[in-house]
Amino acid sequence: MPGLDLDRGWDLHPQVSVRPEPFGALLYHFGTRQLSFLKDTTLLAVVRTLADVPSARAACTAAGIAESDLPRYQRALGTLAKSSMVVERTS
Amino acid sequence: MTLLDAPRTSPFVLAPKDIPRKTERLVDLFEYGLDAPICLTWELTYACNLSCVHCLSSSGRRDPRELTTAEAKAVIDEFERMQVFYVNIGGGEPTVRPDFWELVDYASEHHVGVKFSTNGVKISPEIAQRLVRSDYVDVQISLDGATAEVNDHVRGPGSYATAMNAMQNMYEAGFKGFKISVVCTSQNISQLDDFKAIADKFDAQLRLTRLRPSGRGADVWDELHPTQTQQRELYDWLVAHGDGVLTGDSFFHLSAFGDALPGLNLCGAGRVVCLIDPVGDVYACPFAIHEEFLAGNVRSEGGFQEVWQHSELFLKLREPQSGGACTSCAFFDTCKGGCMAAKFFTGLPLDGPDPECVQGYGEELLKNRKGKAVELPKSSIVDHSHRTTRAGREGMGSVQLTLSRRAGMVPVNASDCEVSPLVGFTPEQPPAGACDESPLAGMNLLATSQSSCAGESCGEGTCGCS
Repeated sequence: MPGLDLDRGWDLHPQVSVRPEPFGALLYHFGTRQLSFLKDTTLLAVVRTLADVPSARAACTAAGIAESDLPRYQRALGTLAKSSMVVERTS
Repeated sequence: MTLLDAPRTSPFVLAPKDIPRKTERLVDLFEYGLDAPICLTWELTYACNLSCVHCLSSSGRRDPRELTTAEAKAVIDEFERMQVFYVNIGGGEPTVRPDFWELVDYASEHHVGVKFSTNGVKISPEIAQRLVRSDYVDVQISLDGATAEVNDHVRGPGSYATAMNAMQNMYEAGFKGFKISVVCTSQNISQLDDFKAIADKFDAQLRLTRLRPSGRGADVWDELHPTQTQQRELYDWLVAHGDGVLTGDSFFHLSAFGDALPGLNLCGAGRVVCLIDPVGDVYACPFAIHEEFLAGNVRSEGGFQEVWQHSELFLKLREPQSGGACTSCAFFDTCKGGCMAAKFFTGLPLDGPDPECVQGYGEELLKNRKGKAVELPKSSIVDHSHRTTRAGREGMGSVQLTLSRRAGMVPVNASDCEVSPLVGFTPEQPPAGACDESPLAGMNLLATSQSSCAGESCGEGTCGCS
C-alpha cells in the first residue's frame, strides 16, 4: 500500500486521543480500542498539524520533512488511515 | 544460597551503568518507562463474594481504609489529566462496591475507558443491557474451568454457574467481544479447546493468563501450576491460535520453547504497567502486592502522577536490569528471565531464571532450595481473606470440593480473584501483536530503525496488565 493521498485533507479521528511520550506518542482510538505508537516526533508533529492545513502534504512540509523522506511518512500515515486513526476530510 | 539467605536491602539487580541503551525497538524504549502507564490495574475493593484459592490480592473482606467515592473520582481526574486512556478495574469483586456504576460512569464522562474484571455476580440482564450501550466500557468475566467441577474447585461452589449466567446475559444483550479470562492451571490446561468453544458460543474473546504465586496463589502454586509438559502443550496451543486469543503477554517465558509469542515480551512492571490497590497504594504490577514493590500512595502529595513519575522504586525498575545467570541462555532476548513476581514469591533471585523456566533451570533452583528452610517472602500487607471457610483444602481427585457450605448457609463471604492475575494491556479488539515484530513495519520513521513501530496498531502488549 503506497499510503494515503497526500493532496487531500485529513483529520485525526474524533475518537482518537494523542499522548506525547519521550519517544514520540501514543494514540488511542476509543471506538476501536486500538493503541498505536508513533515512534517519531516528526510524525507526531504531522499528525497534530493535519487538521489545520488543507492537505497531508502541507502538514509534512510544515513539519520540515524533506522530499526524499516523504514516502516513508506517506506510508506511516497510510497505516494510520487504515486503522481509522486518521480519516479523510469530507467537507 | 538463595537471595533470601542474604541480608537484603533491595532485590533489584541493576546492570552496570555503562551498558549502552538500545533504542531500535519499541520494546527497548518501553523499558525506560513512559510519562503515564499504558496499562493500569486498579483494584477498587478487597471485598469479594468469592474466595478463590489463587487470589492474587488475598481478597475477601473490605478494608475500612479503601478510597472513598470522592477520592476515587479524584484519581479518575488525574487519569484524565495524565491521559491514561483506559484502566483495568478489578478487586476483590469491584461490582460489589455500592458506588461502582457511579465510578464507571464518571470515568466514561472523563474519557477514561474502563475494562472491569468480574466473577459475574452483578451482571444481570439489565446491567448487560446498560453495558452494551457504552463505548467506554469493556467487561472481563473470570472462569478457571470449562466445567463446573474444575472451575469451582478453585473459585468456589456456584461460581461456574454465576459466570455462565453472566455470559449468557452479555450475549443476549448483544455485547460482542467481551472477554473471558482464564488463569491457566494444571487442572484446566487440558480444557483449552473447551474454553475456546465457550468463548465462541458467547461471541466473546478468550484470554488466557498465567497463574502467579502471589497472594493466596502462593499457597496453591505447587499444586496448581502447570507441569513442564503442560507448559509445552499451552505454548503449542497459543502458537496455533495466534492473535485470536489474548494473553496480555503473560506467557512470555514460554517463548524459550521456540518462536516468540505475540506481544512485546517485556515485563512491564513500573515501566508501562502498575497497580493501584483499594487503599490507594501503588505497586509495580498486579502480581506484586508486597512492600518490596510498593512505590507510594495516591493519597500522598502529588498524587498518582508523582508516584508514577518520580518514585524511587519505579525509577529503579526503569534502569536496565541485569539478566544475571540468564544472559548466557540462547532465549534470553525473548524470555528476559521471566516474571519478577514469580521469582520473588518462590524465593528465587530476581536476576536468575523464572521458576517455570521452560529450559528447566528454575526447577533446578527450586529443588536446591528444598531442605534449606528457605523462608518465602511474606507480605506485611494486611491479608483480606475471609476468615471463615476454605480451610483444609487438599489435593483434588477429579472433583474434591472442599469449599464446604454449611446447611442453610448462603454463600456470602467470598473473594473474587478478579484481579485477573494476568493479561494484556488493552481492552483491545483484535490484538495486533508485537509492534516491533510486525510485518507492517515498513514505515520506519527512525532513520536508524530496522523495525520501527510507527503508526501501527498494537493490541496486546506487555506483561502485567489485567
